[in-house]
Amino acid sequence: MKSLPTLLVIGGSAGSLEVLMQLLPELKMDWPLAMIIVLHRKADSETLLSDLLSTKTCLCVKEAEEKDILLAGCIYVAPADYHLLIEPDGSLTLDASEKVHYSRPSIDVTFISAAEACGDRLYCLLLSGANMDGAEGLQIVHELGGFTAVQDPETAEASFMPKCAISTAKVDKVLNIREMIDFVRDLKE
Amino acid sequence: MKDHLRHLKDEDVLLLLNDLLEQYGYDFTDYSFASVKRRLQRVYIADRFPSFAEFRYRVKTDPGYLVHLMEQITVNVTEMFRDPGFFQELRRQVLPILATYPLIRIWHAGCSSGEEAYSVAILLHELNLLHKSIIYATDINESVLETARKGIFPLQYMQQYSQNYLLSGGKEEFSRYYAANYEHAKFSDTLREKIIFAVHNLVTDRSFNEFQLIICRNVLIYFNKDLQDKVLHLFSDSLEQLGFLALGAKETLRFTTVAPLFKPVAQKEKIWRKMTQ
Ligand SMILES: C[S@@+](CC[C@H](N)C(=O)[O-])C[C@H]1O[C@@H](n2cnc3c(N)ncnc32)[C@H](O)[C@@H]1O
Repeated sequence: MKSLPTLLVIGGSAGSLEVLMQLLPELKMDWPLAMIIVLHRKADSETLLSDLLSTKTCLCVKEAEEKDILLAGCIYVAPADYHLLIEPDGSLTLDASEKVHYSRPSIDVTFISAAEACGDRLYCLLLSGANMDGAEGLQIVHELGGFTAVQDPETAEASFMPKCAISTAKVDKVLNIREMIDFVRDLKE
Repeated sequence: MKDHLRHLKDEDVLLLLNDLLEQYGYDFTDYSFASVKRRLQRVYIADRFPSFAEFRYRVKTDPGYLVHLMEQITVNVTEMFRDPGFFQELRRQVLPILATYPLIRIWHAGCSSGEEAYSVAILLHELNLLHKSIIYATDINESVLETARKGIFPLQYMQQYSQNYLLSGGKEEFSRYYAANYEHAKFSDTLREKIIFAVHNLVTDRSFNEFQLIICRNVLIYFNKDLQDKVLHLFSDSLEQLGFLALGAKETLRFTTVAPLFKPVAQKEKIWRKMTQ
């Protein structure tokens, strides 16, 4: 099996876009991981999100497509209205099955799938939001050896989602915005 | 809450897939692994098996359970006029060309409970083509086809479908196509009569006719690359010269071995036309 790049998955809902807009500019060209971003949004929103995010970073940002292969230094955005799964060989699969926590893409779905594909070569970060999505996924990431981090609810525009995760999952780190930026920027292969 | 501690391992999934193939002839081994694993995991937890061994035993010994499992493995989510822009292009670019044929044959592969096939029947009806059309709508799952044959869908979705219909360029009152009762909408026989629902497995079954239009949306995303290629060849072989092929919003012919045989008609709406043999 080819070796997958170490992966960071960031999940967020209400109030998380602003955080990403602060975080992305801080990443350098040689940032060594692959990143997947799963944000809740309306089903009919077009590819705008990846365009918007790409204005904030020198890394390549693309909306995830069927069978894309995860590459280090690239950011993949889950498309609206599809769940995003990771295959054992590091390719991506889109899935139009039932919503999870009223959401498609669902953060849980991608967290869990990433945990199964990447095991301990995985970091998952859950941001602001007003939904339960992400908590169960973080727990499974933890069980399968990955690292779990959550935005400090005090600093989140919507604190329900991070709070929910902290109370139900084993969370390795709770981070304010500045700490999150440092954490992500300094991640090593 | 401890449910999620009970993971199926990759080896478990492979064992089950092998059982399904050997025992029942259903070949899911070339489906996208992550997706199949997730589906199996869901059933395993929902049906509360105490252990993988018991799950496996049930699958191997209870054909009734197999039907349920099949429904769960395949994703059957669908809508009427899903992606209205697609139906608009069908109406504008494809059906006017099909109108020139004396008999219009359409294959709707992976039709699930039929919502899409009824949508196409409505378009044909509005262009006054339905009387000379036959829609073959097929799926691997007998149970979704049963729903499809009845043409009865929950009334609560009609508002959404009506909206989709209007966005796709529909000009009529959507409700004229069904009779509503308390909970259900039953679609008219005029539409139903022109659709033949039948079981067909894209993995193992062969071509059964030649068509001018094949619609297969949101099915290929569940297949791996090899299987996608194989099924696309099946479609290519089942299309008349200059026939149309329509895929789902996130599916493409790009990077597949049939790509040279087709020319894009509507890139964004994923419609191609067969150009060479
Ligand atoms: C997500 S649904 C798509 C329904 C509809 N085409 C749409 O886009 O709304 C996928 C369908 O493909 C069917 N399917 C999966 N594997 C198949 C196979 N090997 N042969 C035929 N149909 C299959 C499933 O049973 C399911 O009904």
